[in-house]
Amino acid sequence: MIRQWFKSGNPWIWLTASAVSVSLILVFGLLLLIAARGLGHFWPATVWEYDYKNQDNSVVRLVGEIHDEEAVSAQRLREAGLTIEGGEDVTRYLLKTGNRDVLGQDFRWILEPGIQDMRKPQTLLAIERREWGNLYGYLSAVQENQQTVAAGEDAWESLQQRLQRATALFAQIRELEKGEIGSINYGLERLRLRERGLELENNTDPAEQERITRERAALNADYAGLQKRLTDLYTDINRDQILVTVSTGETVTVSLAKVVHAYRPNAMSLFDKLVFYMAKVWEFVSDEPREANTEGGIFPAIFGTVMMVIIMSIMVVPFGVVAAVYLREYAKQGPMTQLIRIAVNNLAGVPSIVYGVFGLGFFVYFLGGNLDQLFFPEALPTPTFGTPGLLWASLTLALLTVPVVIVATEEGLSRIPKSVREGSLALGATKAETLWRTVLPMASPAIMTGLILAIARAAGEVAPLMLVGVVKLAPSLPLDGNIPFLHLDRKFMHLGFHIYDVGFQSPNVEAARPLVYATALLLVLVIVALNLAAIAIRNRLREKYRALEN
Amino acid sequence: MPDSTVSNSSASPVLPATDSAENQRRRRWRMLKDRLASYGVAVGGMSVILAIVLIFFYLLFVVLPLFGSAEMERVADYALPGSEAGHGSGPSLHLAMEEQAEIGFRLTGEGRAVFFDLQNGKTINEYALTLPVDAGISSFAVSEPTSARFALGLSNGAALVARHIYKVSYPDDKRLITPGIEYPLGEEPLDIDENGGALTRIAFQDGEEEATIVAQTADGRLLLTHFLKEESFTDDAPELEREQVLLFAEQQGTQAEIMQLLLDKEQLNLYIVYADGSLVHVDVSDKSEPRQVQQLRLVDVGLNVTSVQFLTGDISLLVGDSSGRVVQWFSVRDERGNQALKPIREFTEQTHAINSLAPEFSRKGFVAADESGLIAIYHSTAQRLLLIQRGSDVALNKLAIAPRANALLVEDVKGRLSFWSVDNEHPEISWSSLWGKVWYESYEEPVYAWQSSSSSDDFEPKLSITPLVYGTLKAAFYAMLLAVPLAICGAIYTAYFMAPKMRRIVKPSIETMEALPTVILGFLAGLWLAPLLEANLPGIFSLLIVVPLGVLLFAFLWQQLPARIRHFIPEGWDAALLLPVVLVLGAVSFGMSESLEAMFFDGDMRHWLSSELGVGFDQRNALVVGLAMGFAVIPTIFSITEDAVFSVPKHLSFGSLALGATPWQTLVRVVILTASPGIFSAVMIGMGRAVGETMIVLMATGNTPIMDFSIFEGMRTLSANIAVEMPEAEVDSTHYRVLFLAALVLFAFTFVFNTLAEVVRQRLRTKYSSL
Repeated sequence: MIRQWFKSGNPWIWLTASAVSVSLILVFGLLLLIAARGLGHFWPATVWEYDYKNQDNSVVRLVGEIHDEEAVSAQRLREAGLTIEGGEDVTRYLLKTGNRDVLGQDFRWILEPGIQDMRKPQTLLAIERREWGNLYGYLSAVQENQQTVAAGEDAWESLQQRLQRATALFAQIRELEKGEIGSINYGLERLRLRERGLELENNTDPAEQERITRERAALNADYAGLQKRLTDLYTDINRDQILVTVSTGETVTVSLAKVVHAYRPNAMSLFDKLVFYMAKVWEFVSDEPREANTEGGIFPAIFGTVMMVIIMSIMVVPFGVVAAVYLREYAKQGPMTQLIRIAVNNLAGVPSIVYGVFGLGFFVYFLGGNLDQLFFPEALPTPTFGTPGLLWASLTLALLTVPVVIVATEEGLSRIPKSVREGSLALGATKAETLWRTVLPMASPAIMTGLILAIARAAGEVAPLMLVGVVKLAPSLPLDGNIPFLHLDRKFMHLGFHIYDVGFQSPNVEAARPLVYATALLLVLVIVALNLAAIAIRNRLREKYRALEN
Repeated sequence: MPDSTVSNSSASPVLPATDSAENQRRRRWRMLKDRLASYGVAVGGMSVILAIVLIFFYLLFVVLPLFGSAEMERVADYALPGSEAGHGSGPSLHLAMEEQAEIGFRLTGEGRAVFFDLQNGKTINEYALTLPVDAGISSFAVSEPTSARFALGLSNGAALVARHIYKVSYPDDKRLITPGIEYPLGEEPLDIDENGGALTRIAFQDGEEEATIVAQTADGRLLLTHFLKEESFTDDAPELEREQVLLFAEQQGTQAEIMQLLLDKEQLNLYIVYADGSLVHVDVSDKSEPRQVQQLRLVDVGLNVTSVQFLTGDISLLVGDSSGRVVQWFSVRDERGNQALKPIREFTEQTHAINSLAPEFSRKGFVAADESGLIAIYHSTAQRLLLIQRGSDVALNKLAIAPRANALLVEDVKGRLSFWSVDNEHPEISWSSLWGKVWYESYEEPVYAWQSSSSSDDFEPKLSITPLVYGTLKAAFYAMLLAVPLAICGAIYTAYFMAPKMRRIVKPSIETMEALPTVILGFLAGLWLAPLLEANLPGIFSLLIVVPLGVLLFAFLWQQLPARIRHFIPEGWDAALLLPVVLVLGAVSFGMSESLEAMFFDGDMRHWLSSELGVGFDQRNALVVGLAMGFAVIPTIFSITEDAVFSVPKHLSFGSLALGATPWQTLVRVVILTASPGIFSAVMIGMGRAVGETMIVLMATGNTPIMDFSIFEGMRTLSANIAVEMPEAEVDSTHYRVLFLAALVLFAFTFVFNTLAEVVRQRLRTKYSSL
């Protein structure tokens, strides 16, 4: 019976079916994995307090969140030099203990058998700080100018109020530093360049010189005023501090200026947690990174990615559409179009890193270097465009994604029935008018599809960007309030590179990992959404023309 | 607005007359626009070709200078500077140049240091060295060239160490170089021979903390004098603690006369070259107990050694002989672990005795001048002759190379000095050094190696891209090993057996994954998958057996179920039915992992691999890359294969089925056969993608450029190498250009794969249209 079954070929069909199943499991498993890990990061986890017996039988108190758990065979642990009773598997937990300034490390492994008691005390306080990572402990007092103003249960109330004040002050300080002082610095730099420019032209016009001096004086005066305000704000924000007793029994003093959030995870209701969760998600997409990108938000990376994609789109669409129109509407089908098609396919198949190398050599060093010589001699030897930056990154990616637009547009053009063109021509329109008034509007959804696919590709590409313009931490956004507003020469941050950098180059990978998963999730969501949109548009387009053909 | 229309039509005809002047102008304008548009569009279309050609030629343009040969040009020619007063016209003891190649330095036989303008030979400064009145110069030596020191052995048994220095200042924003002479070990000559006999041969090195002088005295003794420096607070010159050993008491009976002494810059090895062409290697690392290591002949009988120099780094010896041959020797550890000098490579382009050898300061190149007046520029690692050119009509006797290797100073026997500018940017690269095995200094044998930079200055760059190409192909191979069967089988099922409703979900979801950023895959592979695999190695391999067998078993059992239950699942939904089955089987495999490990691999497969099979294990290995990159390539191959299979005309398969073939037979004999060119092009495009993929390999391997095909070892690919090293490469340096070459190689790889795929696909298209 089995032999007959095999002879029928059915087993092989089942095997090919299993290939589809495996592929689907891989695809959806991957998405689920990223989603689970990425979404979990913002949930306020229970903070446990353990009485834990160390290997040397001393009992210590540990406080922290469970970050990871795994089953390890007792034998393997014994080989690692630990004393374990019994031969079964042992569960071990990775505990995020925080308190890096006190304990020297954020994480430690604990073994299940060593746990003697575990509690979740309601009053346990979790504090997210701007430096040194999280702090876990019990709030003992709130101080104002080194004087205790609240202790015990009142302290929690007082802390919440004072934290609001500190957060507001912090926002003001950042606004001042980034915004106004930033733009004064920018103005001073522009003055310096203007001065140097005059010097290069041997222009010694005293009026011009005087104007520069005057403007500089004005800026410096503004700066002095702002500096004074800043100092006051700093004094204000440093007024309050809290005393926290940590697991080792030490009391740690934390200035509220350094606190981002303070919450009692174990006392939160589900609703509180949801609110907190949403706030954290919002912070993640809207805030700036802290602590070498391992904490805080990823706003600059999102912004940089979007800016680059927009500039790229502006360049890639005309070029791609014109090429597709040529192939489909103008060129005689023959060896030339065949050659162009091969070129398009090759352009699509060239590894992205090669584009990066080309972009670095040709755009950055060759074009950029010459631009600097011609237009920005006053800044030399500091390069303006002769260094990786937003413009070159966008151009490189435009080159990389142009085949996508060409292929999609061509497909759209091929679906437009001949009768439409012929009708237009018969009414006396020229070829260009037919194209502009009839064909292109009808093909616009296809062009849109191409653009969306190009954007999806560009948003996820990292390798070439590493060479032509992304950095791990950009001091300022490429778009701001300083003339000329859009700074094409600036370096920028990028979501994909952020993942690479934080996941692989950061000093504290374990602490940074959840954030990387969250970033990856965001990127995947954006790209999957873009692709689904493209597919949807394409399907609608097909339906539309099927109706037209009948 | 009906009113206006009415009033319009009543005032004039609906359309203006076709040949009115306005209309004609309008028509001309429209025609012009039409023509402009067609030109514009044509230019746009051509620019795609332009783009691909530009990429190729720009890469080529950057790479080509690597293979260019050197050039040199005579800038000036003059009599020996400092010979005007009648003395100092004899051959120079030493020639050198300062960093900028503006000022030359010449030491005359009488001990006068002459600094001169290289452009015209005019003396700038002249110093007499502080020699004792009653003593003359009996021997001379230079230290390693970057320290610019030289030593004079005197006829009274003392030695004087001096150095030529150049102070750079910028008065009035102009560069001014002021040359001078310094005495790093004091102005007083150091006593070497207590008996006061002349020093006939000398060698020395002067380092930060110690200095060593080896000298032969008139009575044939060979003395090693070692000085430990102590910081002196009163004086510029340090206080010296002196220690002396006698190497050889006298000229040993049969030995020929000592021709040259060479001491390396670490002051660890002394090489004594004898006039009969033999060499003695003495280990002087312990200064109080020197040890003879080896004695050997440098040249065949009948030939003479004419010039011996260290190559920069002082590891290799360059030996020029009377036949015009230059041989590079360095110490290699033999089977018994003994160091022995070996001839590594020889340069035989010259045919007359080599009179002078000058190594470059920071690269492993050197210049050789011979008896016939020819000058040749070589590079040792690349085993390459870069240039051979006549320097003079008569024999040349002295050669100096500028610190930046951009100029030469040549002295001939007639007492003429000529100054040459040299353009030699990339001597390190040759076909053999890029692709072949190269015997690098301190290596036991020739190897393929990539190591582009290091902290030390006299580092020998190892720029063989063979290991990188090997790594690229290895990574692509393991990726294809996973992707090809999964993607092709899956595509065939999806196109041929799957229910249309399910296909509409499956195809887009797999294709969407093509756009998944590879940086995410790389991140997961490196930080999640690699540790997981390491912990469950046997589980992964058991998957390969458990899943297919389990699926077959399930299918068989399913077939035995009553039809009522079977029909519950409509035809073409088998893949959905298998989802939970595969999940369970996967879980079983991973669950078994530990017990398998305990049963077959002594509880630790990693350890077992290295102890039983001798296979190394790297956490980020080819297996991880294969899985992650395979995953990245699956959608590409799947999508194209699916299209190819799906577009096989239906009447072919219907015909086959009508003739009584089973669906499987129809698939294998008709459908796949017809679609095979499409499947081939899918594999080619997938291969192209795997070869060029950067982020996954960058993050999921250790990026060590090894040549080992083991699935448990990592690799470094061309693309990852570019991503790692490009940001640090100095523009237009050899390293930068070699990285461009790597990009060009990648470009060529994918160009071949893609063009092949496209040509096959176009042929397929014509074939289908005929069916």
